[in-house]
Parts: sequence; C-alpha cells; structure tokens
Amino acid sequence: MAFTFAAFCYMLSLVLCAALIFFAIWHIIAFDELRTDFKSPIDQCNPVHALVLPEYSIHSLFCIMFLCAQEWLTLGLNVPLLFYHFWRYFHCPADSSELAYDPPVVMNADTLSYCQKEAWCKLAFYLLSFFYYLYWLRFRLGTRPVSSLHPSAQPGVW
Amino acid sequence: MSAPAGSPHPAASARIPPKLGGAAASGAAAPAGPGPGPHQQNGPAQNQMQVPSGYGLYPQNYVAPSGHYSQGPGKMTSLPLDSQSGDYYPGLYTVPTQNVVTPNTASQQPGAQQMYGRVPPAPHVVGSALGSFQGAMSSASHLQTSASQPYSSFVNHYNSPAMYSVNSSVASQGLPSTCGHYALSAVSNASYPGVPYPSLPAGDPYRQQMLTSQSALTVRPIRESSLSGQNTAVSHPSPLPPPPSQQYQQQQSLSGYSTFSWSAPGLPSTQDNLIRNHTSQVAANNNPTNTVADSLSRSVMQNVQPPKSSPVVSTVLSGASSTRPPPAAPRPAEPAASVAQPPELSQQKGMQYGEYVNNQASSAPTPLSSTSDDEEEEEEDEEAGVDSSSTTSSASPMPNSYDALEGGSYPDMLSSSASSPAPEPAPEPDPAPAPAPAVPQPSKLAKPFGYGYPALQPGYQNATTPLNSGVPPSSPGYSGFQQYAQQYPGMNQLSSSLGGLSLQSSSQPESLRPVNLTQERNILPMTPVWAPVPNLNSDLRKLNCSPDSFRCTLTNIPQTQALLNKAKLPLGLLLHPFRDLTQLPVITSNTIVRCRSCRTYINPFVSFIDQRRWKCNLCYRINDVPEEFMYNPITRSYGEPHKRPEVQNSTVEFIASSDYMLRPPQPAVYLFVLDVSHNAVEAGYLTVLCQSLLENLDKLPGDSRTRIGFMTFDSTIHFYNLQEGLSQPQMLIVSDIDDVFLPTPDSLLVNLHESKELIKDLLNALPNMFTNTRETHSALGPALQAAFKLMSPTGGRVSVFQTQLPSLGAGLLQSREDPNQRSSTKVVQHLGPATDFYKKLALDCSGQQTAVDLFLLSSQYSDLASLACISRYSAGCIYYYPSFHYMHNPSQAEKLQKDLKRYLTRKIGFEAVMRIRCTKGLSMHTFHGNFFVRSTDLLSLANINPDAGFAVQLSIEESLTDTSLVCFQTALLYTSSKGERRIRVHTLCLPVVSSLADVYAGVDVQAAICLLANMAVDRSISSSLSDARDALVNAVVDSLSAYGSTVSNLQHSALIAPSSLKLFPLYVLALLKQKAFRTGTSTRLDDRVYAMCQIKCQPLVHLMKMIHPNLYRIDRLTDEGAIHVNDRVVPQPPLQKLSAEKLTREGAFLMDCGSAFYIWIGKSCDNNFIEDVLGYPNFASIPQKMTHLPELDTLSSERARSFITWLRDNRPLSPVLHVVKDESPAKTEFFQHLIEDRTEAAFSYYEFLLHVQQQICK
Repeated sequence: MAFTFAAFCYMLSLVLCAALIFFAIWHIIAFDELRTDFKSPIDQCNPVHALVLPEYSIHSLFCIMFLCAQEWLTLGLNVPLLFYHFWRYFHCPADSSELAYDPPVVMNADTLSYCQKEAWCKLAFYLLSFFYYLYWLRFRLGTRPVSSLHPSAQPGVW
Repeated sequence: MSAPAGSPHPAASARIPPKLGGAAASGAAAPAGPGPGPHQQNGPAQNQMQVPSGYGLYPQNYVAPSGHYSQGPGKMTSLPLDSQSGDYYPGLYTVPTQNVVTPNTASQQPGAQQMYGRVPPAPHVVGSALGSFQGAMSSASHLQTSASQPYSSFVNHYNSPAMYSVNSSVASQGLPSTCGHYALSAVSNASYPGVPYPSLPAGDPYRQQMLTSQSALTVRPIRESSLSGQNTAVSHPSPLPPPPSQQYQQQQSLSGYSTFSWSAPGLPSTQDNLIRNHTSQVAANNNPTNTVADSLSRSVMQNVQPPKSSPVVSTVLSGASSTRPPPAAPRPAEPAASVAQPPELSQQKGMQYGEYVNNQASSAPTPLSSTSDDEEEEEEDEEAGVDSSSTTSSASPMPNSYDALEGGSYPDMLSSSASSPAPEPAPEPDPAPAPAPAVPQPSKLAKPFGYGYPALQPGYQNATTPLNSGVPPSSPGYSGFQQYAQQYPGMNQLSSSLGGLSLQSSSQPESLRPVNLTQERNILPMTPVWAPVPNLNSDLRKLNCSPDSFRCTLTNIPQTQALLNKAKLPLGLLLHPFRDLTQLPVITSNTIVRCRSCRTYINPFVSFIDQRRWKCNLCYRINDVPEEFMYNPITRSYGEPHKRPEVQNSTVEFIASSDYMLRPPQPAVYLFVLDVSHNAVEAGYLTVLCQSLLENLDKLPGDSRTRIGFMTFDSTIHFYNLQEGLSQPQMLIVSDIDDVFLPTPDSLLVNLHESKELIKDLLNALPNMFTNTRETHSALGPALQAAFKLMSPTGGRVSVFQTQLPSLGAGLLQSREDPNQRSSTKVVQHLGPATDFYKKLALDCSGQQTAVDLFLLSSQYSDLASLACISRYSAGCIYYYPSFHYMHNPSQAEKLQKDLKRYLTRKIGFEAVMRIRCTKGLSMHTFHGNFFVRSTDLLSLANINPDAGFAVQLSIEESLTDTSLVCFQTALLYTSSKGERRIRVHTLCLPVVSSLADVYAGVDVQAAICLLANMAVDRSISSSLSDARDALVNAVVDSLSAYGSTVSNLQHSALIAPSSLKLFPLYVLALLKQKAFRTGTSTRLDDRVYAMCQIKCQPLVHLMKMIHPNLYRIDRLTDEGAIHVNDRVVPQPPLQKLSAEKLTREGAFLMDCGSAFYIWIGKSCDNNFIEDVLGYPNFASIPQKMTHLPELDTLSSERARSFITWLRDNRPLSPVLHVVKDESPAKTEFFQHLIEDRTEAAFSYYEFLLHVQQQICK
C-alpha cells in the first residue's frame, strides 16, 4: 500500500506521541520535585499549566485525525482519554482553566498522589500507543515495511 | 520602604508612568497636598523581593538590623553571660529574669565574656501581643533595680523553680506550713462523709494511688505552696511585701532574688537548701488564705461532677463539693504514676510531678482570673521566668526589656525600643550590679556555673520550665486543671478523659465502659470535657505537650492502617501552635540540635544511647550530641544532655540564627485598606476603626522599624503620603484602576514612630473625610493589587475593610445568592469562589510574605465565599459583622471595637513557615486552616497570630509494629514583631496500640469532631452540602457499628458506644445544626460561609463552643464551687444540656456560643433576679434589646457579671451579650442553639440516635 492519509496520521502521531511522552515524563518529574520539597507549588504549577493545554490539544488532534482517517480501532482506544481530558478541563476549579493543578490544593497528599498516578498512567499509555502507532505505520505503509524503510536491508533476507 | 534592616529591596520606582493624570490632585481632605509627585509605577521590579522564608541558609551578606544585634565588643561586656550563653527566656511575655548574683557571678563575668565570642542578639524580645501591657509593665519594673512589686511576685515564683531544683531532701524541708494546709485538706476529705475511700475495693489501683499520693504529699505540698504563692501574686495587684530575707538579698545585690530562686550557682548545696526554705517560707507567708482558696476552688470546680465515675473520683468530688479541701484530690492522681516506683524514685517523681502539676495549676489561674489578660500575664510571665533558669551568671536587664519589647504593644517600651529593639542601655549599666532582672532564671540548678564548661556556656540561658507549656489563657479556667483531671480518672465523669490512665490499670478502662446511648438520658457531663490523657508512662506523660496546643483525635495510635480503617474514626492532629503561652522556655544556643537526616528538633522523646549519641524518635537515626549540648546550663553540669531544657520541655522556643533566614528579618509592616464608598460611610465603621487605632497605635507589636500605611478606595484608590516632615497627610488619588500603580512608593508606608503625628492627624480626619461621598462603587480588586505592590518589598499585614460586593475593576463579583434558597433543604450552591482572582492574588501575597486580613461589614450579600480566598491562602484571618451599623446596631459596633483591640495588640509573627513532622510510617495528607501548603509537610504562613488553629489529617503508611510510641513535632519558624527569628517547637508523643478496643479507649471526641467539621467543610465545597452532611452522619454510624461489632455481648436493640465516644452523636448532631451545615433553616449564604471559615481556622477550644454551646442557669448562682480570680469570686454553675426541657419559666439561663452570649429570661423569672441583675423591676419592663448587664451593687449582679466576664476572657472574638426575653422575637436565635430539641427541619437528639441505630441495623 502506498503512503495513505492513514499512514500520514500514524507518522504524525508517532512524532507527536514522542512529545506527549516527554510531557508525561516532565509531569512525573515535576510532581516528584513537589513531593520532595524542591520547589514551591506556585513555581511548579505554572510550567505544568503551560504543558497541560498543549498536551490536551495534541491529543485531541490525534483523535480528530484518526476520525478523519477512519481508523476506528485507534480512535476507540483514544476516546476514553479524550473524554478524560475534557472532563479535567471543564472540571477545573472556578473559572480559570489554567488552574488544572491548583497550587493550594496540589500539595494535599491525596491530590498529589492522584496527579502522580495520572502522570504515570499517561506515560504508560503514551508509550504503548507509541509502539502501537509504529506498528500501524508499518502496517499502513505496506507489505514491505522494513525493506522499504531501510533500503540497506538485504532483499535476500526476505 | 527601604528597610533599615537592609532588606534587599529594589528601588521601588521601576518606571515613571507616562501619564501623571492617573493621580488626581489631592482631594479636599488634604488641602495642603501639593499635587502628587511623579507617579511611579511599581514595576515588577519590586517583586523581586520574593524570598519566601524557609529554612535556608542566609548568605553572609545578611545585614543585621542595627538595633537588634548589637555585637560590639562593648555590648559584649555589658551583656554578661546572658547574651552569650543564649537566652533562655521562659515566659513569652515577661521574662522574669533573675540574675543569679552569687559571689561567683561577679568574678566570673569577665571570664565568661571572654569565653564567648559571639554575642547573641542581646535583646531577645519575646513578642506577645496579649502580654504587651503586662510585659511592658513587668519589663519596666525589671529595669528598675529597686525592689518593686514585681519582685515580690517573683519571689513567689521562685519558689516553684526552687522546688524544681530542689532535691528530695529539700522538698521535705519544704514548707511546713504549706504541708499543714494540705494535710488539713486531706483530713477534711477523709472526714467528709461522702468520701469513697472506704468503698474502694482493696485491689483497686486507685486506692493505691491514693495512698501513694498521700505519702507523696509531703513533696507535693511544696509545689502547691509555690503555686499558691504565685497565685497570690497574681491575684493581688498590690505587691506582696517582700519577705525580709528577700529584701536582704536585694540589698546585697540587685539580683538578690535570683539568688533566692535558684540556689545560686556557686552556692554550696546547703545554702541552696536554706534558700529554698526561705523561699518556701516566703511563699507560705505570702499565701494569704485566699490563695489557698484559689487552689481549692479550682479543684473544686473540677470536682463538681456527678458522682458517677470511679469511687476514687467520687471522693475527690465529695471533697470538692464540701468546700473543698480539694488539694487532696489532685494528688491522688499524680501518685498513680509513681506507684510502681521505689520509694525514692517515687518521691522524686512526685516532686517533679508535683512541680509539673503546680505549674499547670499556676498557669491555670491565669485563664480563670484573666479579666484583663494583661495584668495577669505580667504576673505569669514572671512566673515563667522563675521556672526558667539562665546559665548566665550576670544578669542583665536585657531580658526584661526584651520581653517587654516583644510584648510590643506597650507604648513606653516602644519608645525605648525605638533606637534599637534591644534595650541596649540596660545591659550596659548592669554589668557590675548584675541587675537581677535581666537574666531570666538564672540557673535553676546552677552549680558548676562558671566553672564547668565555660566554653559551653554560651549555649544557654534558659529558662527551663520544667513543665509543659503553660495553660493557655484562652481556655477558661479549667484548662489549668486539665492535667489534674486527666490524671485522676474519677474526677471527670467523662470517661473519655480517663482513657489513658485507666488503660494502665488492669480493670476495664473507664473509657471503654459501654454506654447505652438511648437509655442514657443525661449524656452531657456537668463540667467541661477535658482532653483524654495519652496512655503513657508517667515520665513521658508529664513531658508531653499540652493538649491546648497539640491534640490528636486518637490518643492511642492504631498500629496499622487496616486497624484504623476498622475503627472508622478520623485520625488527625489539631494544632494551636502560636497560642499565647504563660510560660515558655526560650533557648538561645549556637547550635540548634536537630536530627541530621529528618531535621527533627531534639525533644523530650528522643533516646540517648550513651552520653554522646542520641536516637531520633521520628526517623530513628543515631546522631551525635554536639559538644555544646553536653553542658547543661540549668544544672551547670557537664555530661547530662538529657537534662537540657530542650529535652525537658515539649514546648520550647529557639532563637534562630541567620541560618534560618532567607533575608534579614522583616520589620512589622501594617497596611490598612479601607472601603470609603457611600455604603461604608453610611455604616460608620470608620469612626470605630480610627478610634480604636488611635488608642492602640502605641501598642501595635513592633520595634523601631515598624511601618504603617493607609489606603482608601471607592471607585478610585486613594493613597496617603505620611512622609515625615509634611505638615499634614497628603492624599493621592489614583483613578486608573485597570492598571494600578503607586504614586510615590517611598512615602506611603512610613515609620510609625517618625510619622506618628501625621498618622494621628489622618486618623482623626478620616471618619469625616468622606461623609458626603456619593460614590457607591467599590474597587476592591484593584485596591488589593495596589496593596500587594505596596507590601511586596517587605511583606507584612494588610487589613482590608470591605462593606459591599466589589463592583469595579478586577475581581468584581456578582450577587449569587438567591434569597429564596436560603432555607432550601436540597442544594446549597455557591459555597466555592466565583473567581480565582482572589486566590491568585492571595498566592502572590503569600509569596511576598504578605497576609491579608478581611473585615467584612456588610448588610447585604457580599460573596464571602469568593472574598475569603484572599485571606485563606495568604494565612490571614476573616472577621464578619453582618448588618453592621454604628447607630442601629450598637452591639456589633461594640464587638468590632473589642475585636479590633485584640486584633491590633495581639502577638504577631511574620514570614512564618510551619513544618509538621511525624514518626516514620505516618504521613500527613490534608491540611486545614488558613495557609498555603508549600510542600507535603510545610505550611507557608505569611503571618501567624495567636488565634489561628490548624488541623491535619494523617494516614498510616507503614505498619508501626516495631515501635511503641509515635511522635509528632511542629516547628513554627517566624519573625517576631521585634525582628527576631524564632522557632517554636511542640512535640507530642502518643502510644501505639494493636487492639481495636484500645483505639476506642483513646478517642478524643472533641478533636475528632473538630477534624470532622474541617473535613465536612472541604467536602461541602468540593462536592455538596448534602454530601457533607451524609458524611457526618456516616461517621457516627460507621464508628458506632464498628464498635458494636467488637463487643460480643451486644444486644442489637440498643445503641452502644464506648464511654469515650458517648458524646460523639451529640456533637455530630450539633454540627448538623450548626450554621455551616444546617439545612431547612433560613441561613444567609454569607453567614454559612463565614461559619465554614471559622471552622477551618479556629483553634479547638473556640470551635467547640461554636459547635456545642454551653448552657448555664444563672438565676441561682451560688458561691458553691466558685473559683477566685483576681480577688473576684467566679461562680461555676453546672452545664445544662441544650434542650428546652431544661429551661424553666422561673429561671434565667446563659448560653455561651463562643461568639455570642444569650441570656434567656423566663416569663416567671424571679423579680428579685430581674431587679438585682438586670436593673428592671419586673419581667415586662425589660427592654427588647439589651446588650449589657448594669453594674448593680448586689450580690447576684456581681456574681452574674463576674461569671460572664470570666467566660469572656481570652476569646479571640469578643462575644456580644444578648438578653432575650421569653416570647420576644429574638428568642428564635436562642432556641436554634438548643440542639437537642427537634426543629422543623432537623432531628432531636433522641430521634437522631434512633436514626443512627436504624442505619446501623440496616
């Protein structure tokens, strides 16, 4: 098969997924720093806020692309997280969405451990989906995935 | 703005705004005002200040404020050992310092000075807002070398300390006379028919206790005597005539008394004994009968309970009721602890114990007596001083002045302190005479003084008070007693208090006695409920932190989380860390000994492995004992680290070094932001405020650097230039509220002392400046932004007065309340903030060490839910005066005035952080109160005040099987109003248990309720009110059913609770009917939110009154069981349950709701009472609105008034008195507090029990 839109979607999502993995790791580090007192929640939450919106929008972009590409299975796998993001976004305290992580509250052990778990789960999800996208990318790109991707590969091997 | 202290503050003016127009010309009010100078905006540059205070190293560039740290060599000389050895100042307020003037002293001083290179901040000021008066007084007196009253009082105090140091032999020598007293009392007890002695089962442990106690009596009495001596001092304003011996001493050397109190360091032991005797005798002499009466009466009041509890108890009770020889009562309890020990030990223990008790007792009077806190405080302080010992041989007056300074509020002191907070002059003059006053308690046990380890000495002057923290003045009389009561199980009927003690005994603990709630008609005890005593051995128990500062919901900590889950009880801590203490050991040392891994401060619960090593009780790391710590300044001996004050007191205060500063200590800075819109002017609060400020201007805590500023706002923001040198205040108006800037940033916050005249002019003019205003808008948000900019270079306190909904600029709010929903039983909305503006601003403020205190005086809805955020996250406090009007609502005006007085003069700490640590395995997971949580165990408190309470929820992360004790430690690091960095450390130790029954036995029901209330507030904001209510009911249902399942022989028809939990359902019902959580009764949203705010930030003592008011019958007050306070007799009527069935038409009842008093007059109330107390001939002539009791010269009037005054003392919010006639419309206010009765929307107590039972059976 050729380089279809679906393949493009997977390729793009592969790249962006790497970014999401980075975000997730960053979150984990940030919360860990909070837990170990390295930073004040106010200092820490601001950069975290800055990453929340990009993360949500990137993920929504995936979903839209897979919807357009009619990759239903992939879409189905992503929809739960999408809804979770929507819920998170609209369930923020008071009126400002940027306070997804509320500095005064985030230090509550419950909240903090919740945030950490959330970050770990997301990391796992993004990692898995990274390989999932990789697999589907190869799959969408056709039957000769490896050799086409790697011209140097010996045809004789196949 | 430039802080003298060298606070790094960037030039305020970042840029000059292009438009000057923003600032209008001076208003009419400031005629002289030349146009505003160039307006400079405070750019972000100002914000650079930041620097949250934390534990951090302060770089060397730190500049000591000149006054505070006098390091010059000259000073050195002047400050003898004191400064160097570190001040151990006992009392918050007054430190009675005695110098030990022993022959040694003089000779040694020079040497000592040489020895110590560094001069610690000489003037350690112990700040106490409350104490200001007294402190000042006392300090003043101290300064004078002449023997004045205070001294005499000291003498008394000294006795106690002496006792402390005294050996057993001394004890026996002790005060014969006092012993006599006691003996008598004991006799009387015995004779009393009701005495249960005989009834005691032979095997009963209590009995043994009794016996021991008696034997211990000899020891004990001494203490008592000392106490009584103290009491006398307190009660008698007039100076006690110093005993001849004393005078003699004084003549010898100024420091004469010091000699007294502590066996002079150098003196041989024999001398010590003699001295002690002296003191004791003196004490005895001093004790007028009334002192004795005091002590007696106190005990009596405790005793007043119903006869139910254990026989022993009853004995005590009977004694008490019989006019009271009560002293005997307390004793028995004490001995209990020592019972097991061999005689010698027991004796010693007894002594120590006794001392402990005494201290408590002595502290107790304070609360009781304190009509005027100040007066008494002075006395107390002295007392504190007595306890404390200072190593320094030379006494320098410093400490005194220090204290006074800390008290801060005292005008005189201020002036003196102006140059430098530390009274420099004092030390200098002293050196030779070694003025007694200066050194706080020179060594209690001073022997090796001087010789021992000179090098070490610097460490301490300490006032070690053997005892725990003093009783908080706040707690009404009984606080002092708590210890007693607790010790003695029987005394309180409350089984809950018994928990710990009874556990030790083999029999089933009283606190576990099953109570059938539905059968028990009078569940409420007749006397106040005490906190249960942890089941620790006597050594630890007497070292433990006072329950007034530190309480845990479970005094027996379950071993595992699973066990905790099984018990279904909340686990958490209730803290009142900055409470006004009557005695507090203050320690100055070069090194503050802390665990190297978890940074725990050394405390009484660490274990010393050998001489040189100690094991941390929180993380179990083994640490080295620093060389300096090996020297004990109290005993003046080397090699006894376990005798150090840090290890003898669970509440101590350290003077922190520059390691604990991120920047130089900030000065006290106060900014007042006042609403002057039409609404505000109409309400007339400005008059009250300005008047109050004028009166208290000199008492504001602070030092010579104190700064103050004013802003007013309506639709524009007005600044006041008060720069020294102006002929009158200059008003600068900024009308650009979208981009607020500061005109002349340098002159808006001015030095209080330099510009005092201008400030007074302004305060005099303010109330009339806006009388004709037509501006109805309120730009609160921009005003707060401006205030933030103004404060950010230094930090400090912003007091905001607001009278309506903010309607302009950033942070404007809409009315969200639907009056029709006020009494809805379904959904209560809008409990959370409408905007994040205030929260964000508060966080910014918190980062700049600025706290915002909100005074809301509004007649309409003002969206307190949103506004409160500004205080909640910046560690401020919130005051709310609904429908305030100076004319139409005089009681509110009076309340505001009294609250302001307290608010302005109370102690304050700046740039504070509080860290709570607990033993490995436990972890904190949620905090309640007003603060910002900076990390998992660190609370950032821009300001800390003595009325702030906190709650912490705990969870058990790892099983505690390998330990039998857990400890909690809070460390509050703050800058005192004198610019001194201090650390106040409280440590609480609790046992770990593995059985469910033990967990129930140790429940502290009041603490549990307060923690639940805090959790319910969170729940109602994050979820919904009905959720919170359900959770409260479930808490009862779960815990009682969990208990039921542990009791095998349970009849299912009955609702059984352990005795320790028997009040749980009642309190939960009270909570459900509290304004914060009630439904179905019309409650204004702001009232509800305010009640929630109070639940979050009130300390336990005050919160309990709010939740469950106390009801007393006052038409038949008698002197039976009365206590004596300040020469006044305060009757102690029994508590009534909160039910209309207790109200009789013939009676008059007083309800104490914490923030309000109601006197309900029955229709057929005795005309004599109405005439004698209310001043009206009969019931019909009593007016509808009456808020004062007339001062009539009749016995019943006197009793009623003294009782009310006594109740009123030491409340953070002064309660307003309402006289409610039966059948007047106001009576609904009264009846809504009768929580055991049924209302239209809520269960009665019995119905509630049935409901709970039904739920359990389901």
